[in-house]
Amino acid sequence: MYTQALNTSEGEERNIEDAGRAAQFQARIDAEERIEPNDWMPAAYRKTLTRQISQHAHSEIVGMLPEGNWITRAPSLRRKAALLAKVQDECGHGLYLYAAAETLGTSREELVDQMLAGKAKYSSIFNYPTLTWADIGVIGWLVDGAAIMNQIPLCRCSYGPYARAMIRVCKEESFHQRQGYEIMVTLSRGSEEQKAMAQEALNRWWWPVLMMFGPPDQASQHSDTSTKWKIKRFSNDELRQKFVDATVPQAQYLGLSIPDPGMTQNAATGHWEYSAIDWTEFKEVLAGNGPCNRDRMAARRKAHDEGAWVREAAAAYAEKRKHRQVAQAAE
Amino acid sequence: MATANIEVSETPLVLYALRRADDALILGHRLSEWCGHAPAMEEDMALANMGLDLLGQARELYTYAANVEGKGNDEDKFAYLRDVRQYRNLLLVEQPNGDFARTMVRQFFYAAFADLYWRAMMASSDPTFAAIAAKSEKESAYHLRHSSEWIVRLGDGTEESHRRAQDAIDDLWAYTGEMFAVDDSERGLIEAGIAIDPATLKPHWLKTVTGIVNEATLSLPSGNWMQQGGRSGSHSEHLGHLLSELQSMQRTFPGATW
Repeated sequence: MYTQALNTSEGEERNIEDAGRAAQFQARIDAEERIEPNDWMPAAYRKTLTRQISQHAHSEIVGMLPEGNWITRAPSLRRKAALLAKVQDECGHGLYLYAAAETLGTSREELVDQMLAGKAKYSSIFNYPTLTWADIGVIGWLVDGAAIMNQIPLCRCSYGPYARAMIRVCKEESFHQRQGYEIMVTLSRGSEEQKAMAQEALNRWWWPVLMMFGPPDQASQHSDTSTKWKIKRFSNDELRQKFVDATVPQAQYLGLSIPDPGMTQNAATGHWEYSAIDWTEFKEVLAGNGPCNRDRMAARRKAHDEGAWVREAAAAYAEKRKHRQVAQAAE
Repeated sequence: MATANIEVSETPLVLYALRRADDALILGHRLSEWCGHAPAMEEDMALANMGLDLLGQARELYTYAANVEGKGNDEDKFAYLRDVRQYRNLLLVEQPNGDFARTMVRQFFYAAFADLYWRAMMASSDPTFAAIAAKSEKESAYHLRHSSEWIVRLGDGTEESHRRAQDAIDDLWAYTGEMFAVDDSERGLIEAGIAIDPATLKPHWLKTVTGIVNEATLSLPSGNWMQQGGRSGSHSEHLGHLLSELQSMQRTFPGATW
């Protein structure tokens, strides 16, 4: 009875304490302090970040596939080397991000299992196919460009490990973006066939890239608390607008047209106003019905399943070695 | 295929550089096929990393071959506009990836050779080769360490991994002899101190390989018969498929800049 009573009172104290801690926590956020793994944080903050960082990590890993699709077919050795280096960087980003997510108390294995089971999402963009070499240019230019727009503000995210991972990721990402743009410059200065290839790739990727910023502000379910906790610094629509404004002059420089006949520049604000996005397509892609969702998941599951014996071998060997070392030390 | 093959003036020195360049390109290409499909993310990175090193070596060697030849060829023409009969790589490096054990055994056999080879080539009387060797040697040492560790893990891991590693050794063994072979065109370069005699590396290679294989509780096949032909363009059926993929863009869009 005593124990139980004590438990009850502890529980009450915890609630009171949590309210106090939550206020303290918010004060630290408001003061732009970084939250670190051992600091107290609201359970919902932990959960939101785990979801966001792990989805980000999954995106890096699944994102290796559409570009990896062209490594063996890259048209010059220089491009092949750059693409291979880029895809390798992405895997590294995945690893940083899983490590950042693990500081919140979930293991990489659990997070990966959730993705393979289809319970965790990854960026909608990687469910589109890379059909021509120009897609590799467009992915670098626009997909990485959009990722940078999203990630630069995350360098100031309230959670320290995530913010620091983003600083490292952004450095490499902007290099990839410049490489992608350089592919586009080469194509648009090339033969008629190459220019047509560049335009056709832009036509296919433009709208999916705009969708990378997430649903419109009025429909975004995570924004309120994410903004309050300074995980998110700008709204989806703000970032999307920033991206469009930055991209239009780049497309003009390339002599390519953005596949949105309704796009106009607002003379008063200077912003480029774009037509309505097909949110039905976005929802379908997120629900697993994009052009490559099944292929992407199948490829990741195949790598995971066919690699199981290798991981088991490594674990068995490590175990044997440990026993041998213990036995040697005992001699 | 819309674009004709290039013609190559295979003087001994050009041929020698092309053979080494082709080894590095084809093996690097094979490793790059793993990208996104490896058993662990760390291995995705490691395989891509080694593929990238090899691709870098290939580019240097092709560029050197082009300079020596002086006929307007370059790294991309050598890589993209020669067909199977003009490729000069070892049969070992064109073998398909198969499972992870097969990839690692192939890597191990080659890296154990390349490590010794590049170290010896640092003493080449040809300054370009000596410089390429000095850079490649650092990379090969890393590749050898990585693949050696995996041979031991797989051999001394589980029953299944042991079986797979042993199968890979048994199947790939016959392709190792070609690494030590010398023909007339190389003999002159060896005598001039430009090339090293690979036969002199064999005892050391065998010692390294035997040591790791024993530590891995695996064994080397007893057979001495060795398959050859890659150096003169008599390849396995695998290379044609690899090249159709590798060369598709250059063959479809002749003369374009990418």
